[in-house]
Order: sequence, then structure tokens, then C-alpha cells
Amino acid sequence: MEMKDALKPEESGRGGVSRFAVSMAVLLALLAWGLVLNVNTGSVDIPAGHIFAMVWEGLRCKVLDLFTGCYGQELSAVITASPESRIIFSIRMPRMLLAAILGGALALSGFLLQTFFRNPIAGPFVLGISSGAKMVVGITTILLAPRLGAIGSGVMILSAFAGSLLIVSAVLLFSQRVRNMSMLLVIGIMVGYICSAVTDFCITFASESDIISLTSWSMGSFSGANWGNVATAGWLCLTGAVLSWLLSKPIAAYALGEGYAQSLGINVKLFRAALILLSSLLSACVTAYAGPISFVGIAVPHITRTMLKTSRPVLVIPATYLCGAVFCIFCDLIARTAFSPTEMAIGTVTSAFGAPVVIYMMLKRQKQRQ
Amino acid sequence: MIYFHTKDLAVGYDGRALIHDINIQVERGEILTLIGPNGSGKSTILKSITRQLAKICGQVYIGRQEIGAWRARELAKQVAVVLTDRIHPELMTCEEVVAMGRYPYTNALGRLTARDRAAVAEAMERVHALDLARRDFATLSDGQRQRIMLARAICQEPEVLILDEPTAYLDIRHKIELLDILREMAHEKGITVIMSLHEIDLATKISDRLLCVKGDTIEAFGPPEDILAEGVIDRLYGIEHGSYDLLFGSVELAAPQGEPQVFVVGGGGLGIGCYRALQKRQIPFAAGILFDNDVDCPVARALSGHVITAPAFEPMGEEHFQQAAALLARCGCVVDAGTPIGAFNRMNGRLLALAEERRIPVRRGWKALESEPGGVARQTA
Repeated sequence: MEMKDALKPEESGRGGVSRFAVSMAVLLALLAWGLVLNVNTGSVDIPAGHIFAMVWEGLRCKVLDLFTGCYGQELSAVITASPESRIIFSIRMPRMLLAAILGGALALSGFLLQTFFRNPIAGPFVLGISSGAKMVVGITTILLAPRLGAIGSGVMILSAFAGSLLIVSAVLLFSQRVRNMSMLLVIGIMVGYICSAVTDFCITFASESDIISLTSWSMGSFSGANWGNVATAGWLCLTGAVLSWLLSKPIAAYALGEGYAQSLGINVKLFRAALILLSSLLSACVTAYAGPISFVGIAVPHITRTMLKTSRPVLVIPATYLCGAVFCIFCDLIARTAFSPTEMAIGTVTSAFGAPVVIYMMLKRQKQRQ
Repeated sequence: MIYFHTKDLAVGYDGRALIHDINIQVERGEILTLIGPNGSGKSTILKSITRQLAKICGQVYIGRQEIGAWRARELAKQVAVVLTDRIHPELMTCEEVVAMGRYPYTNALGRLTARDRAAVAEAMERVHALDLARRDFATLSDGQRQRIMLARAICQEPEVLILDEPTAYLDIRHKIELLDILREMAHEKGITVIMSLHEIDLATKISDRLLCVKGDTIEAFGPPEDILAEGVIDRLYGIEHGSYDLLFGSVELAAPQGEPQVFVVGGGGLGIGCYRALQKRQIPFAAGILFDNDVDCPVARALSGHVITAPAFEPMGEEHFQQAAALLARCGCVVDAGTPIGAFNRMNGRLLALAEERRIPVRRGWKALESEPGGVARQTA
């Protein structure tokens, strides 16, 4: 039978997979290109060949050091060999790696929230989660800094995580009363404003030095990244990403609604809690290191789905992460170099590219409904 | 052998029982249908037996095991559902939606094996939806969606299939198709089907057992032939104006009130058109003389309080003629439905002759009523 042939196992679903392979290849190529561009461009011009030699040497030493433990000195020699190598190893490389790791995390966090709310324009920034994280980080910085001295990244992450969870629970509380999704988004935006107001209030009474660091941080930027940040963020975000990927099966079933998900044997309460914790962890990580960054969480999952032409989470989750990394690396490149030596806030660039995507998406949905 | 049964089940929300003492017994491969008015708790019962809603008290057994004792994944292999929730998955093909039914069988990442794919294809074939496999689910019509959701439930390979108003939103053709598929599943595969329906006529025809749910109690439970006596449906749904005929599954709207103004001489099904035409204009009428097994009889009785009937299989008697003549004398108009006059219904011929004699206007068929709207009323006023 002709129709039955259409469902042969080797045929079925293969279109999605090969499309996935091509998309991943394109994204990986873009990522590599973005990394190279990032290392290459900046206020100090360094010849490309020189850079590759240095990076290669550094990588070689690092890997050898990891296995033998006695290449540490050579590694630091490579890093401190020249001013150029110091720029590359201490500024540009950690920054671009952090941008890639956090960009992916932000996109994935958006994807998880969209799954949770079953709404394509949910995202950490729109729902006020980023602002909540920022508020708690701000309060911690101002209240605790005088007592503790410097604030470590661990404390930053914890307070950002606490802030995210606080806002998520507030939004969830409202979502039980408000069934209408657009109303929920309005509430999220309002909650975001309240958090900003609280943050601003704290800043008013903060000391001069706190204000400067807090303001520059809250503008959102990948500058000031160091290798310690990269390692911590890398571990946290990749763990979050792997855990999310392991949830792909229930995520796919959840697209059919809670009733069907439950009837398939999913513990819906547990699953929803896992979604919220993971997305909060990911967006908290981003907020702690780079401040609130807008629109990546909405735009990137949408771009990814359009590219893959499927919403199978097994494929969409890794692709979203990669796509988010590429998106943020290029946005950071633009932020860094467009008006060099003046640096723009990363949020400015992501909004400029992300918001039009969101508008386009809304219009397209509107058209589909008619 | 009883396969699915409940024992003193009480269901409701927030710990408060809405309906209690629900005792159902269904054998393997039988179809149980829940009927009852809107908001009577059909969905609440269905949600409770699928564990979507915590039951208040009592037990629900599938086979010998209480449903609370099943692990979620094992229960999912036993029970599949088709809900009233309208789903809006994005960028999912019908095949992918159906394949979700394999969830309890696939590995941690939901990878479909050859066996799973065969089950998906078989389920789609069963609902005649193989040609939709590659279509985006969002582009389907209501009828197609419902078939896909049914295929999804079928490929879950359940022992019990639970459907909440599966025929809602469907046109009559798709309703029949869907119920046909369910009957096939029940009879051929021995799947026990439990569903709620709004169409009482379809429910009586497809079900092995009916459960009449009315507010806080179960009105009746059993085979449709046993429990559906005259007037049960009117009581169950609280129909005060209008009526429901079980035999034909037809609905009659509210009968016109007042003294009869028109006498309809009918029989053999020809009267029905006239009665309904008069009902539409809300003109009270009398009908006669009808054999009590005539198809006109139930409709006439539903729409008029003045129906003269005679026993079937024997000629109408003088007393029937006298009763009818008395009624006819009070009417300002007679309608001859066009029923042929033979030896047994000779009295109807006499009635028409009597009308001529008394110079009461006689109209032929309901079309004559139709062509002069209000004409009858004017003459009788």
C-alpha cells in the first residue's frame, strides 16, 4: 500500500534528523567563525597567525597540564609571554567563551519557560525573572558587601537563583488565578518593573563604589570575565543543559497538555517543578555573570524551531543551546566593536536583533489564527 | 467476567463529594456510556477513574487491581484517554502526535523502535488517517483532529479506553465514523470503552451499558434496553417543554398550548409533517384516528394532548369515531394528511365526510398549511 510506505521506519522522521544535522553543522561553523572573529578583533590588532600559534600553544600546555600536572609553569609562561598574549588569554578568550556558554543557557532557559507556560513569548526577561535576580543580587551586594568585603561569584549565583525562584513563584501564583496568557505576561512585565524599582531604591542609598559596579553590571555585559567565571558557569550551564535534554521525552509529551501528559504516566507536578528549577538555574547563572539580557530567551528558540522545522525537544534543545551561543557571540562582537573603543551594553544589541524576531513571530501567529 | 468495576465510588473536587455511590460493572470488550445533562459530573467521574482527579472514597478496579495500586507507567499501559482539552502543539506532524501514545513503552529519550512505528501505523490505519501522517497537526479540521487523538490513544495499546465527549464538534458523518471505530476496537480487540456522550440516540445504539448521571446521584445503570423506559430521558435531563422519543431518538420541541384549533386526520407517517408544521406555528391541534402502532402516534402524542387512538390490527370502532367527531366539532379547520382510506381505517373517511357536511374547511397535506402562513390561524380565530 502506498500510504503504508510513507510510514516505513527508515523513512519516517529522517527528514527531521538530516535537517537537524545540517543545521547543527551550520551553527557549529558559525560558532567557530564567531570565536575566531572575536579573538581577532578589538582595540589592539594582533596578526591572525600569531594568535593561532599562541592559542594552540596555550591549549597544548593546558591539556598536557591536565593529564600530567607538570606543565603549569609553561602554561603561565605562554600566557604572560607578551602583552598580546595577555590580552588574548586573560580578556578575549574568557569573554567569548562566557558569552557562548551564557548565551546558550539563556536561550535554553527561554525554551524551558515556553514549554512550561505553553506560550512562545514566555522568557526569563519578559516574565520579570531576570529583574528579580538582579534585585536580589543588588540587595546582596549593597547589604553584604560592607560586611563580607568582596562578593564571590558563588554568592552572586546563589542570590540570583533565589531572586529567580522568588519571581517565578510569584508569577506561578498569579498564573493559577489568571488563565489568560497575555494577562500573565503583563503581570510578569509589571513584576519586573517592581523589582527594578526596588533595585533603584537600594542603589539610592548605596555607597559610590557599589553604585558604579552595580550599574555597569545591570547594563548587562560579558566584560570582566575571567577563567574562574568560565569554569563555574560552564559546569553549571552544561549540567543544566544535559539535565534539560534528559527531560526531552516528557517535554515533548507535555506539548499535548497536562491531561494527556498525566495519562501517559508523567508525574506532572514533579515535571513542572523540574522545569522551573532548571530554567531558573540557567537564567540565574546568566544574570549573575552578565546581568539581565533581553530577548535572547524568546528569539533564539523561535529561530531554532523555524530552522529545524520541528519541535522535537531531543533535537531542539541542543540546537537551541548552540544557536543561543552563536547569537550571543555575534551580539557581543557587535557590542564590543561597533563603536569601538566605546562599548555598548549587550542588552542593547540583543534587543535590536531579538525584538524584531519576536514581533515577526507574533504577527505570524496572528495570521495563522485567522 | 467483570473486568472494570467501581465500588461505592464517590467523586468530587476539593474533598467534597459531588456524586457518590457509583457502582459500575463492565465486562471486557463492552462499551459503557455516561449520559446526563451538562454539569452533572460525567467528566468528574471520567477524571476520577483515570486518576487525573483524586477520588473522594471507594475503589476503582481494572481486572483485579485497584487503580491506586498501579504505577503511573503501568497504568498508562492499561488506560488511554481522549480528552475534551483542545491541544495546540506547534510544528508537530500527526504522526508525531500519535507516536506520543508510545510514551509508556519507549526508552528514556523516547526513541521509537520498529515495533513502536508499526503500532503507530496500525493505529493510524484503524482511524483511516494514514494519509494525514505528514500533515502539521495545527492544520487539521475538527473531525481529523479527533481521529488523530483517537489513534494516539489506540497506539497506547490500552485495555481500557476512556473518552470524554469524543463526538463533540463533529458533524454527523464523523460522529458515525468515530463510533464505528470504537465498536470495532471493543469487539475485535476486546478493549473496554468508557465514554460520555451527549447524543442519547447514538448512546443507546452503541452502548452495552448506560450510566445515567444526574447531579449528585446515579439515576440508573444497566443495559440500555433495561433502563430506558418511557420518560426516563425527560426526567434525567429535566425536560419540561418538549420531549425525547427513545424509539426513534428524535426530539420534539415544546407542544403548543391551548384548545385544539385544527384536527389532523393522519396515519402511516403522513401526519408527522402536519403536526410539526402546526407546532412551528404554535397552533394547538388534535389528531386522530391513529392505530396505536402507527409511526405518527409518538409524534402526535408528544405535540398534542388530544390524540384519538385505536387498537392496531383490527378495524376502528364506532366509539373511536364518536370521540374523534366530538373533537373535530370543536376545531375550526381539518387537515387531511393524505393517508389512503382502507377497510380498517374507514372511520377516518367518515371523519372527512363529516367535516364537508358541517362546512368545516378541509386542507390537503401540510404543504397547504405552509402555502398560506397564518391562514389556518386566521380562519380559526
